[in-house]
Amino acid sequence: MSPLPVASAKYELSFTVNGGTKKLLAHPMERLLDVLRNDLGLTGVKEGCGEGECGSCSVLLDGMLVNSCLIPVAQANTASIVTIEGMAAHALMKPLQESFLECGGAQCGICTPGMILAAVHLLEKNPEPALTDIREGLAGNLCRCTGYMQIFEAVAKAARRRAAQ
Amino acid sequence: MRSDPAEYRLVSPGNLQGALSLLAAEPAQWLPIAGGTDVMVLYSAGKLPNRNLIDIWNIPELRQIEVFPDRIRIGAACTYTALRRHEIVSREFPLLATAASWTGGIANQNRGTLGGNIANASPAGDSLPALLVYDAELTLISVRGERRTAYRTFHTGYKQTVLAPDELILNISLPRQFSAYLSHARKVGARNAQAISKVCLAALGQIANGKIREVRLALGSVAPVPLRLHETEQMLNGQEIGPSLIAAARKSVMKEIRPIDDIRSTARYRSAVASNLVAESLTRLAVEGANA
Repeated sequence: MSPLPVASAKYELSFTVNGGTKKLLAHPMERLLDVLRNDLGLTGVKEGCGEGECGSCSVLLDGMLVNSCLIPVAQANTASIVTIEGMAAHALMKPLQESFLECGGAQCGICTPGMILAAVHLLEKNPEPALTDIREGLAGNLCRCTGYMQIFEAVAKAARRRAAQ
Repeated sequence: MRSDPAEYRLVSPGNLQGALSLLAAEPAQWLPIAGGTDVMVLYSAGKLPNRNLIDIWNIPELRQIEVFPDRIRIGAACTYTALRRHEIVSREFPLLATAASWTGGIANQNRGTLGGNIANASPAGDSLPALLVYDAELTLISVRGERRTAYRTFHTGYKQTVLAPDELILNISLPRQFSAYLSHARKVGARNAQAISKVCLAALGQIANGKIREVRLALGSVAPVPLRLHETEQMLNGQEIGPSLIAAARKSVMKEIRPIDDIRSTARYRSAVASNLVAESLTRLAVEGANA
């Protein structure tokens, strides 16, 4: 099979990003990661491995945690997307930021946006996670600095802090 | 080198007929993409040969799980997350729910699909041994109509399947006849989440009067296709589980599998682990069978 010589035109897409409607032109197979970073300037979405292994490019797509490097932007058309930049006002953000600081859950910071979004995705469904739940919830997010224990501790602490509020 | 998105088309018909018509019009030119957890990896690495993609993520018929008195029917684009959350899948098909839980991390479980795992046809697919022991049946669909095929006959060789270029996997049907079986699943990999298996096992069994009434064993990553261990099963059925039977089972497993050396492991390691996993599943079957 020889592939047909094809080319795609850019077309207009529309989706909600961090609460605001965005319209832009893109090729359908552009990665959501690249559109968020390059077209919309949302550089809190990090590229680590570019193959769905590391979780640095995590975003919430219609409320589901996904790796934005594996999403053709056409599949995000009409969807609602939340990146780390859109989390500032989220009720879990203050407890998570404080506990990550206190526990040493962030060092170089590349994995941190993904870790936070994975933690939010977990804690929204499971407000009192056991350590095994936290490990599972963050298993798709790699960190090469901390050794993970500080991050697990930070998420557990954020959950306790949230429960006490 | 990374692919240039301007060189790729992605069409999103949004309905089954539209997707099938495209596949039929230019057979072998279109590659279906659902959650993208396999396709996008190749694309990003510049290794995707197909330049025309059909989005099948948003086709309703492919996303539903239907429950009937005698079977459940899982739409091919149901995600691992949907499988894990489904009450009947969790209760009656725990091997499938467990495999779903160790496929990738949560983000990949939210996008990866059962039909994609089947169509990608890797012998390392985590959910595939479970489909073998549960006697899964596939419905394949094209503009020519639907046809059913036993999952055990779907893979014809390494990355080879009976799927025609104009066909999609419509759904995966599982008979609801295994809820009384004891079950055991085990994956051995660099780590459970994300890492692809070096070896994985799905086992079902029933013990009656201290003997194996029926055992079903399947392994991933030990042959060009996911492998049901028919010869080992036959040797085990009707026997009492003990050290000599387990030793015989180990020998039979080693004879039945055809593992290779690759980037993840070696044939020698895989043989040892496959034999260990079968021995472990028999030991657990004996213990749980005695307690039942």
